[in-house]
Amino acid sequence: MAYLSTDKVEHHHHDVVIIGAGGAGMRCALQLAEAGYRVAVVSKVLPTRSHTVAAQGGMNAALGNLDSDHWHWHMYDTVKGSDYLGDQDAIEYMCRAAPQLVKELEHQGVPFSRNDDGKIYQRAFGGQSREFGEGGQAKRTCAAADRTGHAILHTMYQQNIKAGTHFYEEFFALNLIMEDGGCHGVMAWDIGKGEYHLFQAKAVILATGGAGRIFKTTTNAHICTGDGGALCLDAGLPIEDMEFFQFHPTGIAHVGPLISEAVRGEGGYLLNSEGERFMERYAPTAKDLASRDVVSRAIALEIRAGKGCGTNKDYALLKLDHLGEETILKKLPNIHELALRFAGVDCTKEPIPVQPTAHYTMGGIPTNRHTEVVINHEGSDGEEKVPGLFAIGEAACTSVHGANRLGGNSLLEIVVFGRACGLKVMKWLSEHRYHKTIDPDAWHAGVNRVERWLAKDNKGGEKVGDVRANMQDIMQSHFSVYRTEDVMQEGVTAIESLKEAIHQASIDDKHRIFNTELVEALELENLMSLARATAACAANRKESRGAHARDDYPERDDKQWMKHSLATVQGDTVEVSYKPVRSTPMTVESFPPKKRVY
Amino acid sequence: MNKTVKLEIYRFNPETDEKPYMQSFEVPIEKPGMKLLDALNYIKWNLDGSLTYRRSCGEGVCGSDGMNINGVNGLGCITPIEGLKQPIKVRPLPNMPVTRDLVVDMKHFFDQYKQIKPWLQSNTPRPEHERLQSPAERAELDGSYECVLCGCCTTSCPSWWWNGDRFLGPAALLQANRWLKDSRDDAAGERLDMLEDSFKLYRCHQIMNCMEACPKDLNPTKAINDIKRALVKRKV
Ligand SMILES: Cc1cc2nc3c(=O)[nH]c(=O)nc-3n(C[C@H](O)[C@H](O)[C@H](O)COP(=O)(O)OP(=O)(O)OC[C@H]3O[C@@H](n4cnc5c(N)ncnc54)[C@H](O)[C@@H]3O)c2cc1C
Ligand code: SF4
Ligand code: SF4
Ligand code: FES
Repeated sequence: MAYLSTDKVEHHHHDVVIIGAGGAGMRCALQLAEAGYRVAVVSKVLPTRSHTVAAQGGMNAALGNLDSDHWHWHMYDTVKGSDYLGDQDAIEYMCRAAPQLVKELEHQGVPFSRNDDGKIYQRAFGGQSREFGEGGQAKRTCAAADRTGHAILHTMYQQNIKAGTHFYEEFFALNLIMEDGGCHGVMAWDIGKGEYHLFQAKAVILATGGAGRIFKTTTNAHICTGDGGALCLDAGLPIEDMEFFQFHPTGIAHVGPLISEAVRGEGGYLLNSEGERFMERYAPTAKDLASRDVVSRAIALEIRAGKGCGTNKDYALLKLDHLGEETILKKLPNIHELALRFAGVDCTKEPIPVQPTAHYTMGGIPTNRHTEVVINHEGSDGEEKVPGLFAIGEAACTSVHGANRLGGNSLLEIVVFGRACGLKVMKWLSEHRYHKTIDPDAWHAGVNRVERWLAKDNKGGEKVGDVRANMQDIMQSHFSVYRTEDVMQEGVTAIESLKEAIHQASIDDKHRIFNTELVEALELENLMSLARATAACAANRKESRGAHARDDYPERDDKQWMKHSLATVQGDTVEVSYKPVRSTPMTVESFPPKKRVY
Repeated sequence: MNKTVKLEIYRFNPETDEKPYMQSFEVPIEKPGMKLLDALNYIKWNLDGSLTYRRSCGEGVCGSDGMNINGVNGLGCITPIEGLKQPIKVRPLPNMPVTRDLVVDMKHFFDQYKQIKPWLQSNTPRPEHERLQSPAERAELDGSYECVLCGCCTTSCPSWWWNGDRFLGPAALLQANRWLKDSRDDAAGERLDMLEDSFKLYRCHQIMNCMEACPKDLNPTKAINDIKRALVKRKV
């Protein structure tokens, strides 16, 4: 079937190609592989290295194993947590499916922690309530100690080995093959061998994870560079709501590794330099278990008021020693290990220094609740699908998290929409049974993207590492927890001028086999696209909502701004447009916006 | 702070080098608590962009950066610079085919993992709710499910160096034991049949290197003993 106009690119034909072997990609692959489809999973790292592995606290589902619970209460909390920017049809779908999918994970072998009666252990997490906020704290987060992501990712890998999924490991996706407005495959670079591959497929699924590395200090792995979103921007497609970037209240100060919300769920709390439990002032009811945006802002305000700890007065303390050594070692063993290794603190005795830290990309590739990638045309309210293209997991904006994600909802999202995508794609495949004949020259753009860096005359420019550090500094100092007009405008200008630096940048390593400097250069290109989109969307939104908090516009403005941002790169500029929130759920009544108190 | 640390790093580029060699670097200590991965990153981003190694999470959970550090296997991202004898000698995991510099081919290691059928096998239909498991039964999995598949143990095992084609090695055997121990799994008989083999299992001579190498403080030696005991028990 080789009809490409080169023999340097291997041409594959699969029913489906999935970019990403995290929880989302592998859950989806499993659905399709078990049904007998030819699935290729392309991942830039070995599957078990994907960042789902780092998730700690757990996954939400209204099982009601400890206290009564209902998916509808979960839905209420999620809508409220999203600051009313979440799409309520998708949220209903997710919360309804949650109990079934957690049980399914258990059946597949996930080593969940257990209650005395043998059922799955559930802990309290931020922003959870019973009876629509009236019934007190819920216990909804299903946990495997504080290693839930590791447990889920490994189980998904095991199930895929069993199902015979075909993995292309350490392959880097370079660009989408778009023809006639639809997606027909992806070009990829085999990192280990230094060779090109064109994966043609009837359906392409982007499951590339988050983009935390646009910031300097982050809980995200080095590989979290938002590649899927960047591939879409490169293809002229929009990405959604990038201004909403979650700062987790408790990253280890100055280094980044996450200290899970599970610590506060189990009874830990925050202190300022005066030893005051300040969350009582900001959220009288939920206290330390208020939503993440609320807690992060509170810490930022304490620090601003001079009540930060340490020589630079720039962090808060997370106290948990009162839980006792036994509880800590049993329920939070990984936290104990991380605090010891990265903060030099034995948390059974001392508090952990923590700081709001870039953590989760609420924005991403716009999809409907069926995981189909959608675009909105100027002036029309309707969404139009991009044929053959799907997106799931942290890379996607479905949008179940809106302006602020609740802890425990992302592991849930990846399995719920991983499965939903599998189901939708099967339907799609039954209607699209043949591969299209693509342009024999379709490989050019992908190859050029790599060869530019490897070209001998590309020498002596700025180092990729320096450009990246610059970008991360700009994002960190201009688009952090609190934002203002002047600072953001300065940030936009700085990022826009820095993007030029990539054209001048160069790499030392011109070899093909396992060239990780090349991979970092490609990742930097992707990061830069997303940083630009983030900056533009943030500077444009003149209100405070969820993770986007402005000093100069401190209130939420539902009249003007209850809408999703869409950024596209057009020529040299980032264009921002908007689309309405899908406020109508599938079967229940809509939750109308009201003031958020915790 | 102008303190520095000296490293000697194994280099091999298959496109240009006939033989591997050690290269010296000197890196400033930029912060207290600095890890070996920070030093490698410093080299890559400032001194020599071609230095090649794997890394992802940076916090010891993904298993990417297993390497040999002053003769002992460990994860670069959680190994503190402080306390290491200088120059710090950094080599790829031992006895593995080297792809480039510190990157080794993990295929055989993962193939051995796959051989033990690392998934839940149950004869009963999937129940409506979760399968029940008591906290005590669940506690049996502690010390094995946490494995990050970094390969530090297996590549430190002399028996695996000699017989790695047939001896499964400590990492795979630790996982074999994890499934034997899982109260939800019904395939113990078949799992033991597969392991009852003079090479797959019995090449372990209790040298304990594996336990010392494990950066997650897991104990494959004990798991191997557990399997041997289970095999003895089923004979009587
Ligand atoms: C420290 C931490 C703790 C967390 N804890 C929780 C928690 O307790 N509960 C919760 O619900 N959520 C938690 N989250 C969030 C949650 O873990 C993630 O959102 C989720 O796991 C993302 O899964 P994913 O499958 O979308 O992406 P990932 O797991 O990040 O996988 C992305 C995949 O895409 C591949 N990829 C990316 N780019 C390319 C490319 N160009 N070419 C080829 N492959 C590519 C990668 O190789 C990888 O396989 C946590 C997040 C962090 C960082
Ligand atoms: S105890 Fe067994 S498996 Fe571990 S290093 Fe020794 S021989 Fe290898
Ligand atoms: S047992 Fe330890 S050393 Fe061996 S692969 Fe697992 S985590 Fe690594
Ligand atoms: S980088 Fe993940 S374990 Fe070291």
